Amino acid sequence: MERKAEPGLYDYLPLVSRPTIRWPGDARVAVWVAPNIEFYELMPPPNMTKNAWQRPNPDVMNYAWRDYGNRVGVFRMMDAMRELDVRGSVSLNVAVCQHHPEIIRRCVELGWELFSHGVYNTRFVLNMTQEQERQMIRDVIETIRNASGQHTDGWLSPSLSNNPWTMDLLAEHGVTYTCDLFHDDQPMPLRTATGKMCSIPYSLEMNDVLVYTRAMKSPREYGRMIKAQFDQLYREGADNGMVLCVPLHPYLIGQPHRLEPFVEALDYIKGHSGVWWATGREIAHWYNENYHEAAVEHAAKLRNDDVPA
Amino acid sequence: MSLPDSYLRYDSRRYGMDHELYAWSMLPDRPKIRWPGEARLALWINIALEHFPLDTGQTPFPPPRGLERPYPDYWNYTLRDYGNRVGCYRLFRIVDEAGAKASVAMNAALAASTPFLADYVVEHGYEVIAHGVDMAHLHAAGLDEATEREWIERSLDLLRKRTGQRVGGWLSPGQGQSPATLKLLARSGVDYCCDWSNDDMPYRFSGPAEGLLSMPYAFDLSDYTCMGLWFQTAEEFADQLVAKARLLLDEAGTGGGRMLCVSLHPSISGHPYRVGAIREAVTRIMGMPGVWAATPAEIAAQFKAQA
Repeated sequence: MERKAEPGLYDYLPLVSRPTIRWPGDARVAVWVAPNIEFYELMPPPNMTKNAWQRPNPDVMNYAWRDYGNRVGVFRMMDAMRELDVRGSVSLNVAVCQHHPEIIRRCVELGWELFSHGVYNTRFVLNMTQEQERQMIRDVIETIRNASGQHTDGWLSPSLSNNPWTMDLLAEHGVTYTCDLFHDDQPMPLRTATGKMCSIPYSLEMNDVLVYTRAMKSPREYGRMIKAQFDQLYREGADNGMVLCVPLHPYLIGQPHRLEPFVEALDYIKGHSGVWWATGREIAHWYNENYHEAAVEHAAKLRNDDVPA
Repeated sequence: MSLPDSYLRYDSRRYGMDHELYAWSMLPDRPKIRWPGEARLALWINIALEHFPLDTGQTPFPPPRGLERPYPDYWNYTLRDYGNRVGCYRLFRIVDEAGAKASVAMNAALAASTPFLADYVVEHGYEVIAHGVDMAHLHAAGLDEATEREWIERSLDLLRKRTGQRVGGWLSPGQGQSPATLKLLARSGVDYCCDWSNDDMPYRFSGPAEGLLSMPYAFDLSDYTCMGLWFQTAEEFADQLVAKARLLLDEAGTGGGRMLCVSLHPSISGHPYRVGAIREAVTRIMGMPGVWAATPAEIAAQFKAQA
């Protein structure tokens, strides 16, 4: 595959010079909580670029850890969020619709958004042809529609794997936002061949997997981080609406020892006015409706203002 | 298979260094340096503005925080880019509001691709340090001298034209050097090089790099090391900055002026949950009596006039 130096997906738009976003109700920060409801296969087929598991299949220890999320953690997490009156936007491995329909029914009852996290967390788009990738995209869209009646607006690739054409294929199928880009604390317009897409902040910094297993933080520290992230965005949001995303994994956050500091952090945010408790779809649609063009135009203006040295 | 006998020969085993790049010298043995206004501690804040192309490779060594995931690694590309669009402006604001000064080590490719950022840096009075072409152009053994000279000249030319500044400082991408780098920098009219994180004061290079000053950049206590590599919290990093300032101020009472380099990467320190701690550390250090907020060029000039 020919390698490009630049993704070419978006323009430079500095924090200090960009259109002002106003969220519904004049909120300063749009907060969305994104639980990843996942299915990892015990015996996934190999992909020549990336192994799904670290050990030879079956990787029982790691498989079981993830499976805990679906058997136990997810319901605990759902109950906590229901009590907080916070909706989830589910990053869904759609095979969960076949394996564990009970979980999907519960999501639908709670009024949660379902968006795509591919078919299985053990299948990557790496080395797929465009036609294979299209087939997978159609499978996802159909499965989510059959299970919930919802259109698939959002996309987070399994393992955040992409091909250079992935965003174009998603736009072609009516997907309106991606979670795979981490260049901003606000939604940003995406350059795609067709359709209208934006990226919305899906924070790796606030992601429980990375906080716990990579940065090796404690549950209390995770709670503090979420609050500190909110405090700064809330301050800045007085001038320009920001987005706080809390990405979760039930096999981690749904563990008995981790739930309380998370609940406490969300409760802290709940104590503020001027917060829009949104879903990914609501944020993306608000942005695409109201600010997409303005951002593209502003970036073009910045480019044209450049005087070559 | 065993080692040849030459493995037990020690050709550079002698007093001082095992190379000719600078002289051996222990900090307490050196003449005392006095900073302007009887200040004891020069505070140098550097903000690194780096560009990692999507096709950045892993050779000749993996660039620090390079793109290690399968192509196209949007994850790491966009996280680095976050620093240049969002994070850096938070850090600039902290510097400005604290009344501090900053240098900006900037990849030339970034100045070319984002003139808004280059202009912003100039308008706010930050000193631009040449930081190579970009993070995919690594200086290391094996790079032929003509190519390395061209990279250095290209980086300096582009940044000098774009910013109108002298651009007398150099920081290699990833602090990597070839055996020829110092010599080439000295010949390209560079005043100081930041790659050698081996001192709390400037010192002079020698031999083929005669005339070039070393301005030791922070590696051990940088946001990259503490938070990027070791995953300390922003509060832990900030506490250490304050502790370092205290100790150096104290040491300067008897040992002469000291220098504190604060090394910040916007894609690390510029995240919302971290900037509060960074702001507090910078503000606290600026509030300590005897602190002189300076640019590296100002520190280098003071040092050169005295030692």
